[in-house]
Amino acid sequence: MKRRIVTATVLNQSGVLNRVTCLFTKRHFNIESITVGHTETEGISKMTFVVSVEDDRQIEQLLKQLNKQIDVLKVSDITNQAIVARELALIKVLANGQTRAEINGIVEPFRALIIDLSRDTLIVQVTGDTEKIEAIIELLKPYGIKELSRTGVTAFARGSQKSVTDIKQYTLLK
Amino acid sequence: MKANVKAEPQEQRLTGAETLIHALKQEDVDVVFGYPGGAVLPIYDALYRNPIKHVLARHEQGAIHSAEGYARISGKPGVVIATSGPGATNLVTGITDAMMDSLPLVIFTGQVASGVIGTDAFQEADVTGVTMPITKHNYQVRDLKDLPRIVKEAFHIAKTGRPGPVLVDIPKDVSASVSDVSFDCPVHLPGFQPTKRPNLLQIKKLNEAIETAKKPVILAGAGVLHAKGSEQLRAVAEAKHIPVVHTLLGLGAFPAEHPLFLGMGGMHGCYAANMALYESDLLISVGARFDDRLTGNLKTFAPEATVAHIDIDPAEIGKNVATQIPIVADAKEAMLSLLDEQGTPALSEDWLQHLDGYKLEYPYWNKEVKQVISPQQLMKDIHLITQGEAIVTTDVGQHQMWAAQYYTFNEPHKWVTSGGLGTMGFGFPAAIGAQIAEPDKKVISIVGDGGFQMTSEEMILLKEMNLPVKVVIVNNGAMGMVRQWQEAFYEKRYSQSVFMTQPDFVKLAECYGVRGYQASNIDEARALLSEVLHDDEPVLIDCRVCPEENVFPMVAPGTGLHEMIGVRP
Repeated sequence: MKRRIVTATVLNQSGVLNRVTCLFTKRHFNIESITVGHTETEGISKMTFVVSVEDDRQIEQLLKQLNKQIDVLKVSDITNQAIVARELALIKVLANGQTRAEINGIVEPFRALIIDLSRDTLIVQVTGDTEKIEAIIELLKPYGIKELSRTGVTAFARGSQKSVTDIKQYTLLK
Repeated sequence: MKANVKAEPQEQRLTGAETLIHALKQEDVDVVFGYPGGAVLPIYDALYRNPIKHVLARHEQGAIHSAEGYARISGKPGVVIATSGPGATNLVTGITDAMMDSLPLVIFTGQVASGVIGTDAFQEADVTGVTMPITKHNYQVRDLKDLPRIVKEAFHIAKTGRPGPVLVDIPKDVSASVSDVSFDCPVHLPGFQPTKRPNLLQIKKLNEAIETAKKPVILAGAGVLHAKGSEQLRAVAEAKHIPVVHTLLGLGAFPAEHPLFLGMGGMHGCYAANMALYESDLLISVGARFDDRLTGNLKTFAPEATVAHIDIDPAEIGKNVATQIPIVADAKEAMLSLLDEQGTPALSEDWLQHLDGYKLEYPYWNKEVKQVISPQQLMKDIHLITQGEAIVTTDVGQHQMWAAQYYTFNEPHKWVTSGGLGTMGFGFPAAIGAQIAEPDKKVISIVGDGGFQMTSEEMILLKEMNLPVKVVIVNNGAMGMVRQWQEAFYEKRYSQSVFMTQPDFVKLAECYGVRGYQASNIDEARALLSEVLHDDEPVLIDCRVCPEENVFPMVAPGTGLHEMIGVRP
């Protein structure tokens, strides 16, 4: 199974998310995450899907089926482009006076933030690509994660595709 | 100074229901199929005052299958009106059927008033949600001012590109409310721009492939009929010396008596057609979608062939079969472009001879039966008596396959069947729609005894509307195809496939005011058919066919087209 990142520009009509997820279910595509939000143009929204597919034929079929939807304006598979992809996670970790400093030591190098404190927990907010989020979750696990909420990936292509050569390609081969 | 007075778009003060009727008239709708109910009362009231011919089916499923038959024969979108909740959900089978077979339908369903949507109100169902996966597109009208635009878009989407069903859900308060509405609303659908003309480089590539091909074959589907491209298909086949195989739904797109015609392919197709697909080195699919009933086991489907796939729906290309020459286009336009290409015909002389051998050696066969009617013979006789000029509609099952095998279709737009969804109960109401579309043509509904009982209540329409539809029941006292599969693959355990009790179909016809007959041997059937097929009244003939008869040849499930069984008696 390969992970692919697909974006779709859609008309912001009622039920459009339902329409798209319904299509995924009907055609037996496996979704890992979906994010949706407004774009710079009024009435147009952008969706980012992370999907796992078996082969290139399946991703081609997915793109074509998405394109067929009347409300869908443009579909791109940006997996192999130079892109920025970000995910946000909120992690509530058990923390007492002793471990608080330790956790802070983990949070800092990840450039994450502690955004809430209570007597025995704290909440970490972290943004970044999926690997980074997973790495910090792994590190925080031993302290005891009480609650975890992830947004799923949102992404788009970088402004310049050619001049950026040192960028890590977002292939996500699993 | 006086400013130039700009012409304001003309606005009229209308109710939602009146707006709908007005919009339908703008779309040249001359007949609607429907069934009233609480949530569509305003619409029916507007219909009372501004009549459009309305066909009052006796069940919403009957209405929508009639609309499908109408759409198939007239080429215009079939229009259906149903009330909310149960009315709307009764349409689901027909919507799915139209989606699978690419038939243009525009369906208007009533919805409970906007204020109570989502409260599980009386007769409320989330119809847009229910029909999302089975429509090409659907709408719920939130504001009366949007209605003219939505109706326009719905018709445009239903009939443009690959045809399909579009549903418009109208809350009761929207159809009852009054507002200034403007019909001046151009269709603007940036996300829906079907490609009609083919890419000429791809056409060139196909032409080159044809020139070097030794074993080319064209697989023609219903896309040819939708594009009205039969003549062009024939011209291509003749100019390039390529034999033609049909899908079930494509019957009639290429004349069956043409020397280049091989027959229908697929599960119950003929041996020559299937072997041509299997042995070909160039397979040109035109408006067909490689359904699994056509391909058999994909692993052994056309193993040697370069595949060229012409389809107006890009998503069909490469969906089931890997394609080397993809061409997104309307079938007619693609054929015209191909004809424009200069070039020599395919090197197919030996191939054509070879296939003729198959045609002669392995034709369809049937056993002679005396006491009861041979269903195959019955189909041949119907063809003979009607001189192939009738429109034939069927359900799904054995009778459908016999009709496809033995009724010879030489012209397009004579064949209405439920292919993709395989809907029992489709054929009879579809015949009603077909007869409404073509009042002067003979329409014969060939149905099974099982499927007919699913929608037989529509019989009353034959009397009510004076429709001369002839119903031929291929009565074997069972769900024949189910029984056949149980015989072949479930060691003759006939679980619930044989009807223990049957209605008296003759009396049933009579109670609906339709003449009914029963035929128990082929001579009786022949005599009856020649008598009634030429008169102008509806007739039902209950033909008692051989109950053990099976459809052959056959590609058993999981096997390839070259592994047909029952090729010979």
